[in-house]
Amino acid sequence: MKAFRYHRPADVAEAVALLDAEPAAAYLAGGTNLVDLMKLGVQRPELLVDVTGLPLDTVEVLPGGGLRIGATVRNSDLAADPVIRREHPLLSRALLAGASGQLRNLATTAGNLLQRTRCVYFQDTGKACNKREPGTGCAARHGQNRDLAILGWSELCVATHPSDLAVALVALDAVVEAHDPGGAREIPVAELHRTPGEHPERETSLPRGALITAVRVPPLPFARRCTYLKARDRASFAFAVGSVAAALDLDGDTVRDVRLAYGAVAHRPWRAYRAEEALRGRPFTAELAAQAADAELAAARPLPHNGFKVPLIRNLTVRALTTLAGTAPR
Amino acid sequence: MRESAKPTEDGWSSTVTLTVNGTGHNLTLDNRTTLLDALRERLALTGSKKGCDHGQCGSCTVLLDGRRVKSCLILAVTLDGRTVVTVEGLADPTGLSPLQAAFVAHDAFQCGYCTPGQLCSARGMLDEVARGWPSAVTGDLTAPVELTDAEVRERMSGNLCRCAAYPNIVAAIRDAAAAR
Amino acid sequence: MSAVGREHPRLEGPDKVTGAARYAVEYPVDGVAYGWVVPAAATRGRITRVDVAPALAVPGVLDVLHHGNAPRLTPGVDDTLFLLQEPTVHYRGEYVAVVVADSLEAAREGARLVRIDYDTQPHSTVLSEHHPGLYRPDTVNPGYPTDTTDGDFDAGFAAAEVRLDATYRTPAYHNNPMEPHATTAQWRNGRLLVHDSTQGSTPVQATLAQLFGLPPEAVRVVAEHVGGGFGSKGAAKAPVVLAALAARQVDRPVRLALTRQQLFGPLGYRTPTIQRVRLGADADGRIAAICHDAISQTSGVHEFAEQTAVYTRSMYAGRHRRTTHRLARLDVPTPFWMRAPGECPGAYALESALDELASACGVDPVELRIRNDVTVDPDSGQPFSSRNLVACLREGARRFDWADRDPTPGVRRLGRWLIGTGVAGSSYPARSRAAAAAATAAPDGTFEVRINATDIGTGARTALWQVAADALEVPADRITIRIGDSDLPPAGVAGGSMGTASWSWAVIRACQGLRDRLRHVPGAAVPADGLTVEASTADEVRAQRPLARYAYGAHFVQVRVDADTGEIRVDRMLGMFAVGRVVNPSTARSQLIGGMTMGLSMALHEEGLLDERYGDWVNHDLATYHVSACADIERIEAYWLPEEDPELNPAGVKGIGEIGIVGSAAAVANAVHHATGVRVRDLPIRLDKLLDRLPAG
Repeated sequence: MKAFRYHRPADVAEAVALLDAEPAAAYLAGGTNLVDLMKLGVQRPELLVDVTGLPLDTVEVLPGGGLRIGATVRNSDLAADPVIRREHPLLSRALLAGASGQLRNLATTAGNLLQRTRCVYFQDTGKACNKREPGTGCAARHGQNRDLAILGWSELCVATHPSDLAVALVALDAVVEAHDPGGAREIPVAELHRTPGEHPERETSLPRGALITAVRVPPLPFARRCTYLKARDRASFAFAVGSVAAALDLDGDTVRDVRLAYGAVAHRPWRAYRAEEALRGRPFTAELAAQAADAELAAARPLPHNGFKVPLIRNLTVRALTTLAGTAPR
Repeated sequence: MRESAKPTEDGWSSTVTLTVNGTGHNLTLDNRTTLLDALRERLALTGSKKGCDHGQCGSCTVLLDGRRVKSCLILAVTLDGRTVVTVEGLADPTGLSPLQAAFVAHDAFQCGYCTPGQLCSARGMLDEVARGWPSAVTGDLTAPVELTDAEVRERMSGNLCRCAAYPNIVAAIRDAAAAR
Repeated sequence: MSAVGREHPRLEGPDKVTGAARYAVEYPVDGVAYGWVVPAAATRGRITRVDVAPALAVPGVLDVLHHGNAPRLTPGVDDTLFLLQEPTVHYRGEYVAVVVADSLEAAREGARLVRIDYDTQPHSTVLSEHHPGLYRPDTVNPGYPTDTTDGDFDAGFAAAEVRLDATYRTPAYHNNPMEPHATTAQWRNGRLLVHDSTQGSTPVQATLAQLFGLPPEAVRVVAEHVGGGFGSKGAAKAPVVLAALAARQVDRPVRLALTRQQLFGPLGYRTPTIQRVRLGADADGRIAAICHDAISQTSGVHEFAEQTAVYTRSMYAGRHRRTTHRLARLDVPTPFWMRAPGECPGAYALESALDELASACGVDPVELRIRNDVTVDPDSGQPFSSRNLVACLREGARRFDWADRDPTPGVRRLGRWLIGTGVAGSSYPARSRAAAAAATAAPDGTFEVRINATDIGTGARTALWQVAADALEVPADRITIRIGDSDLPPAGVAGGSMGTASWSWAVIRACQGLRDRLRHVPGAAVPADGLTVEASTADEVRAQRPLARYAYGAHFVQVRVDADTGEIRVDRMLGMFAVGRVVNPSTARSQLIGGMTMGLSMALHEEGLLDERYGDWVNHDLATYHVSACADIERIEAYWLPEEDPELNPAGVKGIGEIGIVGSAAAVANAVHHATGVRVRDLPIRLDKLLDRLPAG
């Protein structure tokens, strides 16, 4: 690990100014991913700006039922928050499906969104990775890629985004509030993460030096009826092999509204707009759910080792929606 | 607001004040030093174990201001003014705590290397349950939590045990929880 | 009342739950420096240049050891330990340099900055049955014949009514004890003291003495507490050698702990296997012809020939028999022991094949195994000292409620879950090796028993203390047991399920000798400096009657498979064992369920994923190489039959460290087949191998 200087800024403005002034600076929040990557030599900041002392650690209920979640609210606190559990349970479900109790006690809301891919090639400085070192190639494209993307990847990068929380947030149309040297800005979570394209090293649409200060979740009363399904290789403490966040609003048998997002399938949490479109306004059946998933997954281009993710996501979609509709086998 | 660590002249190290198992320490540490390495190499508190150094095994679990955390992923420089309890601080004044005694009685370990982390994790976990925190296997997020075997297993899955004392760990924790 | 057979908490339990138990790099040492290993970034070739300047520029870095400057070792001792002596790179990740620094932080950063240039050569790192380099080793571990044949397998197989011909594959498995291999090394006046994380410090002492050209008494190896090994610490390993080299180089004590990532390969791993099993039987499932052809890998450093097919030689009937082993020498790290080397992967293949044969014959798989029981060892022709396989199958089946099982695969549903059950047999050799022990009586009526046994979590310390109490015929609380130090009477490693069998033998002889001496002391007065008797079992062990000595077991497993995702969860595992006398039921049960769980982990979770282009395992940490977590283990039970076998050793024990894992992966796989109708013949069985083949709801 490279030696670094450490600073605790007094406020957001100072934090942003510090990052702006120092090309090799990084924000430090929970540290569960950054410290891990610093030990591996994947990230080598020379200045750490510790934002955990900033007053960004509260959950605020907004008029009308929306939420503003401070950037440094710990994952465990957010998952256990009584309002979240009652009114926005998809967030609790997604958070509790991830990591471990100890990690959730450290990891923060914004840090969770900004965590890096767990692609094994990215994490190993001895291997080629365009995301870690642009221009070196993507060893995963023709390597061990079972866990990697089926949607939206490029020849330069086939990594997936590992967050569970982010999948729930894109399903709920959440918006990120950020500060950067140019001032304050807002970005929908669905537009926060990029597909890799020609620049897999650019993971988000945030400008350099931007600090996420909060995540705003709009009110969506029907999303109290929701589910987060996560398929994984062991029963707990494992990243998703594939996951589905879903909320369903039925008017009798007819789909009045629906939210659907997929995890572990792409470089970003994948909002399934096509599937939602295929569902809205139609009488709900399991067959319709399957057709909707197929519509979304028509764009899938599996890699040599991960073709199974297509039927997996399809089956999880059907399971999630039929469960919410009350028509699934238990 | 909490205190902030004082940087040394060269900027690569800092002086931090840390309370560990009730004892205050004033330490000048390389900024890179993790809490785990500070405990083991500077304070000779080697009870906290290094199994993976990346938050993937749980052997380094300690209580930070009462919460269970993985000490290998925390930079000590961030902890100025904070309070840490390690396995060395779990025992009661009169002897083993009920949790420690239950681990011995249920043979909840073999090699013992994951054990300090299991114990600190279990202590923190039981507090989380007492606060009503749900888990991934909790059916109703708004109902009170009932500490079943399945709940204990899920909540303790951040602590790997290659000897696989898992069922004995679950039994020991349930025993200690019942005695609480 | 006998101490043996009674539950007793581990003697070191209080130390382990308070953090007082010290492991290899936890002893207070003045002026200690830290070593950090640099792994090779080439797969095969030569080091052409080492640039240490950037590393030495890191504040706190003391030195960088590499082949060009490291102290010299004596060649020919153990090629895997001839470290930092030559520029040759045999595999990716080989330890080619060590950075020594004042702090862990400086050592890690220094290691990142060592610049090494390589002249690389083409490499071959993937095992296949078509590998052009496959060859027949002279013997397989630990000295078995490479191939065996009896009768005429080809004719017997051709003539059989029912024939099964299936190939099973297992990937590389990594031991992953919770404590990474680690050593503290200190030189004082030409003597070497190491605290090492090892399964046996007597052999480590001997190896270090040879490597460093010292008399054995100039080397002391301490291993009081060891954070697991599972075979990977079964001999002197790289860290102890590197730490000793580094400590000599910088003239300071050195702590060297490997990172988790550095464990994946260079310290050994379970070789991948490709196993073809052929069974020819009559319509009732009675086996007439049995053949097991095993392929595994070794390295260019040292030949390691896993005894994969040995399990098949002695387990079940068959007039016509054949087993073979072939090896490919690849540009990979040398495989090494992992819990039940040979028997574990071999039993997965054979016990899976038996399940397939049972299906083919329409015979219950428990009954099929009973029908193929034998009364003499088909391999050696020797009688068994005891063989209670059938009793394990019957009693296990009773406890598991096996009798009502519907054999049809893929038809039981409970909501979204497909349910199935499976069985497998299990066996492991019950061997002993020579050891020495000493027992001392003190005038105050207390006793000290000393033997260089190692407790890697097995409960050996406690078991030997119980054995000593019975042999001395005194209450156990008057006895102190000392183990884990090469200054104690020499004993072998904790491995091969031989620990308790071998060590208890020596302890009993020393204690019996002391008891006899005490009877002849006038007035039973012990002299002020105590009375000591030392005993060795070398002659007795050598004089054992030629018999087939094995422990046996039977595994019963119920799984559920998610019909939508293919996710597999294990509802229940039940192991029924016949392992001779059980010294401490509490620690014995822990050993057995530990082995069973590792078998579950092998069946469902673990897999070293090799990237052929680089030649190493890309999933080299505990986030990407999954071992079973707490949530994976729901209901698990281990039981044993009362078994008295007078042909074993004075304590009558068979060893229990390994039999729990033998066959348990097959039982899981067989249960998955029963649940889903899908037969997966390459481990691990994960959802992607089931997903598109599951029965429709």
